[in-house]
Amino acid sequence: MRSSASRLSLWLLLTPFLLWIVLLVLLPHLQMLRVSFQVRESWDTLDWGFQQYQNFFSESYYWRTFVRTGVMSLFTTFLTLIIAFPIAWYIARLARGRSKGLLFLACLIPFWASELVRTYGWMILLRESGVFSAWLQALGWADGPVEMLYNDVAVIIGLVYNGLLFMVVPLVTTLEGMDENLVEAGYDLGGGHFTVLREIVVPWAMPGIVSGCIVVFMLTLGSYLTPILMGGKDSAWFTQQIFTQFITRFNWEQGAALGVLLLVLSSLIVWIGLRVTGQSLRKVMG
Amino acid sequence: MRLRTTRKSALLGASFLAAATFSGSLFAEELRLITWGGYAPDEVVAQFEKETGIDVKITLSNNEDMISKLRATGGAGFDLAQPSQDRIVGVQRQFNIYKPIDYSRINTDQLQSSMVKAAQGATKLGNDYYGVPSVWGTSGLIVHSSVADTVKDYTDLCDPSVAGDVSYRLKRPTLIGFAFAMGMDPFAAYNDRDQYQSIMNKVEDKLIDCKANVKTYWTGGDQLLALLRTGEVKAAMAWDAGGWKLNAENPDIRFVAPESGALGWIDTFAIPRRSENEEAAYKWINFVMQPEIAAKITNASGNFTASKGADEYVKSDLRDAYRASFTDQAINNIKWYPPVPPGLETMEGQVLDRVQAAN
Repeated sequence: MRSSASRLSLWLLLTPFLLWIVLLVLLPHLQMLRVSFQVRESWDTLDWGFQQYQNFFSESYYWRTFVRTGVMSLFTTFLTLIIAFPIAWYIARLARGRSKGLLFLACLIPFWASELVRTYGWMILLRESGVFSAWLQALGWADGPVEMLYNDVAVIIGLVYNGLLFMVVPLVTTLEGMDENLVEAGYDLGGGHFTVLREIVVPWAMPGIVSGCIVVFMLTLGSYLTPILMGGKDSAWFTQQIFTQFITRFNWEQGAALGVLLLVLSSLIVWIGLRVTGQSLRKVMG
Repeated sequence: MRLRTTRKSALLGASFLAAATFSGSLFAEELRLITWGGYAPDEVVAQFEKETGIDVKITLSNNEDMISKLRATGGAGFDLAQPSQDRIVGVQRQFNIYKPIDYSRINTDQLQSSMVKAAQGATKLGNDYYGVPSVWGTSGLIVHSSVADTVKDYTDLCDPSVAGDVSYRLKRPTLIGFAFAMGMDPFAAYNDRDQYQSIMNKVEDKLIDCKANVKTYWTGGDQLLALLRTGEVKAAMAWDAGGWKLNAENPDIRFVAPESGALGWIDTFAIPRRSENEEAAYKWINFVMQPEIAAKITNASGNFTASKGADEYVKSDLRDAYRASFTDQAINNIKWYPPVPPGLETMEGQVLDRVQAAN
């Protein structure tokens, strides 16, 4: 009686999770996988084949865009790490009491607005008739309006900003658990700042670094609004191509194939990343 | 006893139901319309709801989005759609999302007969017509007076003197416009895939060369208007209505019909295959095409309609702007989009992707 009640409660607790994973994750992906192998001639004829996957490799702009998206995402992730590490260090080790909470809150506040609003904020700052351009002219550093929007740098700024919080949080959590004595011992044994950082702090923070990097990388790779709005004419981003195939070209088959490829290739990159840094997914997430 | 009360209450319920259905206030009919911004102004909707008692639910959209949404459901979810006339036949043949129009239920007396004929010709499949003309307009150039002497045709957007001040869309009208400006006739090549491909290849090279001149490819009407308003963009390929709107704010900005001809489109009414309220759809079509109502749509969207005699009721400044942009010769030179044969859009899509990815 007792065991059946506990089993029931277990199932009841599991149900929302199972519904979510099956209905919202598993089924759509299986459906997409199926569509990606269809070759459609007209509404009532249907064929199976690999044509969509062949297109990805034969039309150079698909995989070129993918490589570009991947490289820029990796760079963005690296940059986010470099910027987030000192912030996380300060919050975790140096700030005390109230200021710690306030600093954390300050990192969180921008995320109360949606990605669209944050991106438009950057656009107002960077555009030719925008705030930065006006300041530069007022200070006499520029003769005419300066266009800072619609290039790769603008895209990376926007993406780093969007990813920052997701890097800071795991870093703070791991850095908080580090023993102060370890750092002191490092200095006592004659290590410089750089040696201590490299030999003690970074290895300790590695799980946080890797999990932060995975989250930021995946978010960046899959982001749509920021590259489109801030990148302008050269903003070829892989998600944009998927959107275009589905919506403007009515080519669901191609869009689905690109979607599957994005999933597989990004998982592959993460797996390689874990291998290279010698981490395992269980250690990082646990 | 118990039985009797339930029966009594059931009876009571039924009579309530009947009363409510007859009065029509509780179970109002619904018309789900998918259309473009400005084609169903609040004022017109309110008047329609008052006169017919039908609730209108509006979804704003564009050609591609309309087709995608209807394709996803096999033509369900909406009772009336407004795709452009050139985007009906090919799509219908591929995805079967519309049902034929019953022209006997349309009040064609209040429509311009030349446009009815054009729309019927463009949306004919088998023995059926799939579209009724509603709103028409053109795309051409919106130009600031400081560069008006340079930019007279689409290809002038690639002139080095306007580098960085130019914007256009990465969509099929741009390909077509550039092809005409380069002295080719893409419409004549619609049914010859090889010839069309060679035209597209030339346009692709041109657009890749021209990329350095472009500030950004615009994606939405509001975005373009903001770019032109702030002066960040001085010349753009865009719709006439947007140009007239800006002209009203700033007389230096004008819509110009390009030398090679503006590109003319006609948006239609088409009925999705699984429309649940055809009756209301026909009522809406006949309602909004009355001259006074159609004029309200023109005033809201800036685009003129197929309604006969609506011009009288249109705001005078809009009429003036229209006349300033279109001389008689420019009107005769408008290139109207013929129906797109299936398969061409895949071809164009690859060209657009390559231009987007080129550096």
